[in-house]
Amino acid sequence: MNLRRFLTVLAARNREFIRDRSALGWNILFPVLIVAGFAFAFSGKPLDQYKVGVYAEAPLQKLATVKEEHAFFRTSYIQFIPVVRLDPAIVKVERHQLDMLFDLDNGHYWINSDSPKGYMLERVLYGAMIVGAGGGDAPVVAASGGYQRQTVSGREIRYVDWVIPGILAMNMMFSSLFGVGYVIVRYRKNGVLRRLQATPLSAFEFLSAQVVSRLWLIMAISIMVYAGANLFIDFTMFGSYWNLLLVFSLGAVSLISMGLLVAARIRSEELAGGILNLVSWPMMFLSGVWFSLEGANPLMQKLALIFPLTHIIDAARSIMIDGAGLVDVSTQLAVLTVMSAVFLLLGAVLFRWK
Amino acid sequence: MAALLQVTNLVKHFDAVVAVDGVSFALQQGACFGLLGPNGAGKTTTIEMLEGITEPSSGEIHYRGQRVNAGAAREAFRNDAGIVFQSTALQDFITVREALEMFGRLYPRTIDSDELIEICALGEFLDRDTRKLSGGQRQRLLLAMALVNDPQVVFLDEPTTGLDPQARRNLWALVQRIKAQGKTVLLTTHYMEEAYELCDEIAIMDHGRIIAHGSPKALLAEHFDEVVLQLPRSDILGPIENLPLNLKVQDDVVEILSADINAAVRTLLAHDVSLAGLQIRPRTLDDLFLALTGAALRT
Repeated sequence: MNLRRFLTVLAARNREFIRDRSALGWNILFPVLIVAGFAFAFSGKPLDQYKVGVYAEAPLQKLATVKEEHAFFRTSYIQFIPVVRLDPAIVKVERHQLDMLFDLDNGHYWINSDSPKGYMLERVLYGAMIVGAGGGDAPVVAASGGYQRQTVSGREIRYVDWVIPGILAMNMMFSSLFGVGYVIVRYRKNGVLRRLQATPLSAFEFLSAQVVSRLWLIMAISIMVYAGANLFIDFTMFGSYWNLLLVFSLGAVSLISMGLLVAARIRSEELAGGILNLVSWPMMFLSGVWFSLEGANPLMQKLALIFPLTHIIDAARSIMIDGAGLVDVSTQLAVLTVMSAVFLLLGAVLFRWK
Repeated sequence: MAALLQVTNLVKHFDAVVAVDGVSFALQQGACFGLLGPNGAGKTTTIEMLEGITEPSSGEIHYRGQRVNAGAAREAFRNDAGIVFQSTALQDFITVREALEMFGRLYPRTIDSDELIEICALGEFLDRDTRKLSGGQRQRLLLAMALVNDPQVVFLDEPTTGLDPQARRNLWALVQRIKAQGKTVLLTTHYMEEAYELCDEIAIMDHGRIIAHGSPKALLAEHFDEVVLQLPRSDILGPIENLPLNLKVQDDVVEILSADINAAVRTLLAHDVSLAGLQIRPRTLDDLFLALTGAALRT
């Protein structure tokens, strides 16, 4: 390894990336747009979980009266929606657009027998009837079969807190795979690699420079995005920033190495784009960026473990949400280390200049 | 004198296709050696094997008596070689100055950058993005990049293809300067005039083999003892076949091949042929190629 040649190629690649303003801008703008979208979507009050239609001749007045009389209509997290026509409201129950419907004038209610939410609301209604139809909430213990109520408190983990580590990791994934894989294929196709091959530069020096160049760029952009998003959203971070930096750095190396492996021999940008999409899209959906795979098919959960992104997101979430230390995420760190080594080794062995 | 670069029985297969089929030659220090031939003759594959870009299927390459295959011998050779490919792209968003600096840092030995800029006449556009260079400027930059390590051997693979006549002449002058510095040049081209102008020694390739080898003048002398008399077709009034001469009739021109110009002229006058449009030229490398392969130069 000749350090001078390595640094020369590293500087050249950095210069190319920084001067390509469209690529640089997109690398920064893309995650910011996603985070801004989430910030906007989650900036209001939490949405009510249940929707109950209330029909009467004069629904608003009737609803105000019934709230005084019946505890059910004072239940939190239920949105009571006045309706003026009964039949269309019943159709909405059929279509799960309303979870429950009351006809206050005639003393009827409707639920959809296939709706879990309708089932839950009916249980709440029964509970409220046991507690009593009178004013004020009766002691909960009366309806709890003798179990003693205990309470805990803590900061709510919102979806946005949960999804932020995934978005940061996803952005790293796209930047690593396409930023390295695609660039190398383009270099190979237009002859840049062939020209470099004719110099004393070794494949290892060239590939190392590509990894390091992309790594620091990804980390710099990720830090900027993290700081920027934190200004607007104030998301949860219970763990150590250094631990998070380590996880993301190791994760970025594994993803960059994966990009190098994909690009080891391909000459066609179209083929490279197809393969990179084939790799990145399943990773995005199965690695838990947007939703948890808990409760999903066990085979799918096992399949997700072959992706480095799964381990990056697991470790990042543990650190950010649970305040995990390095020991707690040591399994993920070990897996990412092994994956990086294997991808790099295979990529270097399979690499062709032409 | 021992050859600087010795090529022995070089073969390259691409699956069932034999691109290079047992090529052997030697490059002497300070000489310009030309590999000529039409597209597909195997000259680029040959030069790429010499450059170490393509692995030969068989055969040997020796540089200064050392076999160049791998390890230290190959690295030493790369440090001593400068290359201009047939087509080369540079990284985007890089200036001429940065390209030269970058390639210079990849070698342990470099030429003085001011001298290089002067030799290749790059001074006017040193800070220009390489994507904004004209064809001639670009070729001069690529040549400068090939010279940046002060090479002993310079490989030029069709360096003037696509250039206008003026840019081509400028590049020839540059190659002459390189030769004058004592560097050895291996040039591939399908411009016979270029080879005649620049090369001390040539090898004509066709279908992966060398079919003729020697200095341009010696090859022409070896294969031809006649000159060519050219007349406009319209100057010959009677039936052409009545002329007792070695004729080649083309669309508008009749070529007469003769070793004795006086005798040929007398014959023409005897048959009332006007000599007003007569031109006499020596045989060229194009003629040689035609004679050797029986086909016009494929480009």
